[in-house]
Amino acid sequence: MAPSVRETQPWRDPGAQPFIRIDRVTKRFGDQTAVNGVSLDIYRGELFSLLGGSGCGKTTLLRMLAGFVTPDAGAISIDGADILKLPAYDRPVNMMFQSYALFPHMSVENNVAFGLRRDGVEAAEIKKRVGAVLDLVQMGEFARRKPAQLSGGQRQRVALARAIVKRPKVLLLDEPLSALDRKLREATQFELINIQEQVGITFVMVTHDQEEAMTMSTRIAVMNRGRIVQVGTPSEIYEQPESRFVADFIGSVNLFEGTLKQVSGDEGVVASAEAGGDLVAGNCPGRQPGEAVCVAIRPERVQLAKRGAAGDVPNRLAGRIKDIAYLGDSCVYHVTLDTGKTVTVTMPSRGRWADQPFAREEPVDLGWPPGSSRVVAA
Amino acid sequence: MPGRALVIAAPYLWLALFFLVPFFVVLKISLSTAVVAIPPYEPLIGTADDGSWQLNLHPENYSYLFSDLQYVLAYLGSVRNAAVTALVCLLIGYPMAYCIARASPQWRPALLMLVVMPFWTSFLIRVYAWIGILKQNGLLNNFLIWLGIIHEPLAIMNTQTSVYIGMIYAYLPFMILPLYSTLEKMDISLLEAASDLGARPIRAFLTITLPLSLPGIIAGSLLVFIPAVGEFIIPTLLGGPDTLMIGTVLWNEFFQNRDWPVASTVAVALIVLLVVPMMLLQRAQAEGPEKS
Repeated sequence: MAPSVRETQPWRDPGAQPFIRIDRVTKRFGDQTAVNGVSLDIYRGELFSLLGGSGCGKTTLLRMLAGFVTPDAGAISIDGADILKLPAYDRPVNMMFQSYALFPHMSVENNVAFGLRRDGVEAAEIKKRVGAVLDLVQMGEFARRKPAQLSGGQRQRVALARAIVKRPKVLLLDEPLSALDRKLREATQFELINIQEQVGITFVMVTHDQEEAMTMSTRIAVMNRGRIVQVGTPSEIYEQPESRFVADFIGSVNLFEGTLKQVSGDEGVVASAEAGGDLVAGNCPGRQPGEAVCVAIRPERVQLAKRGAAGDVPNRLAGRIKDIAYLGDSCVYHVTLDTGKTVTVTMPSRGRWADQPFAREEPVDLGWPPGSSRVVAA
Repeated sequence: MPGRALVIAAPYLWLALFFLVPFFVVLKISLSTAVVAIPPYEPLIGTADDGSWQLNLHPENYSYLFSDLQYVLAYLGSVRNAAVTALVCLLIGYPMAYCIARASPQWRPALLMLVVMPFWTSFLIRVYAWIGILKQNGLLNNFLIWLGIIHEPLAIMNTQTSVYIGMIYAYLPFMILPLYSTLEKMDISLLEAASDLGARPIRAFLTITLPLSLPGIIAGSLLVFIPAVGEFIIPTLLGGPDTLMIGTVLWNEFFQNRDWPVASTVAVALIVLLVVPMMLLQRAQAEGPEKS
């Protein structure tokens, strides 16, 4: 078996040929620009996620790949062939719909066989392939049921089977797990990755759920207002957000607004009124002094200590514990700084709830090493 | 729960009062025989010459229906007229309902209003209007002659054709409305899925839209077919001597011959011939989706 793209990472190789090439694509609906000059390269075998809030243009982009929406400008090619000339029914892509869109008057096997019949595949071959794909999604024993007689999770499997049975070059998934409850969703995430690696089809997935995108994707494109704001692997998106929007959208983050005072090497000094002084932050590539920026620091990277017990921690700020939330595996502290700014700190739970070290209204110090924080565009 | 029982009882009471009781009255009259009296039939329970009670039943009315070919032909003619009307209404109404259902949401109420609007004018007046259009010296003939397409007026009025035109016109809304309501409810993403899986638009229509609109097709066809079988105003006004329909026969038996028992027999036979198969069809339709 060829190594997974998760290891080969073709997007790091400037000479690698992208499998899907989206080139400056724009789509307007009335006076609204749903997708605004988006360019994107997706490589063979990826599980690529388009992530963003509602109305960010991710679904429109997916529907342009499927052929249900025609872009006003730009080009899209798959495997070197321009697909915009092709109607939806001739494109080498299949889609798994958010509502699953199973045909209610057909049995499971007829739903799955529908696409193969349209291609004029022989009956014996259809039977074989439908059986194989239903076994793959563990729905073999439900072949003769109607969609109305299936649970939500089973319908999701049938929809997946129907979409991969034609072995499309690209499988499009529109919020594939949003209709499932939380437990089932988490189990299905890993199953979907396994199936994707078994069938070797390139997946492009739309989701608004950042956890889902983080768990499943080889790479993520974060979208906002019709534009792509950042493309990267899940860890890049989480660890190295380039803008305030991305830092805020993925996970939770503390942001200190300020002005970049000086840059030396990778480190920058930011004067922030919200912090009540200067903050030293690592990861400040390519920025100029004088720029309005934010210092982003994740709650789990902030160190928290009783007042006076912190020792020599950089970026030390004084505050008072306002709220404590006990989540079982971790504790979330809301600390109000002397400047009035509230900082969120998470710490893994050690021992029992009764043993937790801090009390409400307790004066504390917090701080973090410069390398844990990052300067992002404001 | 008495409230619940009351709510369920209301429609049953309505049906019993205005359908079942009149039906039994008609059934009773159909088993009687005509006499010159008021009312013009023999009472069901009468007194014999010796003063004892006796039951006057005359089931021979029913065998009489089969002895006179006129009744059988009228039944067949009615069924044929109604079937042709339902079929043509389906062929015209389906594209109309489809277009209304796919029109943009702000247009749909206006388009539906256009379908329903003829009901605001009396049915009789609309049928008379067709006489004005179809007659020898009517609008249609004058228009076609003016265009130069024909030189002699067409003989449409008082033929089978004029009956069809009137009936299709009158019953078309009953076909469009149920079709619209099933087509409008259909999930558009099903058609997208079909297209995504390689189905061209015509194939997607035949494999997805058409089967899923079958309940609307059946409902619309029944709504047209059932009243069309008993129709007597349109054949009376627009039809000619060759138009033989059971509604007209019934009308003549009742008002011209004053033979209430035979008229009632014709009516009961009509119900048995139509309602029973309809009920079986509806039952099959209700069971269908769960079984298969």
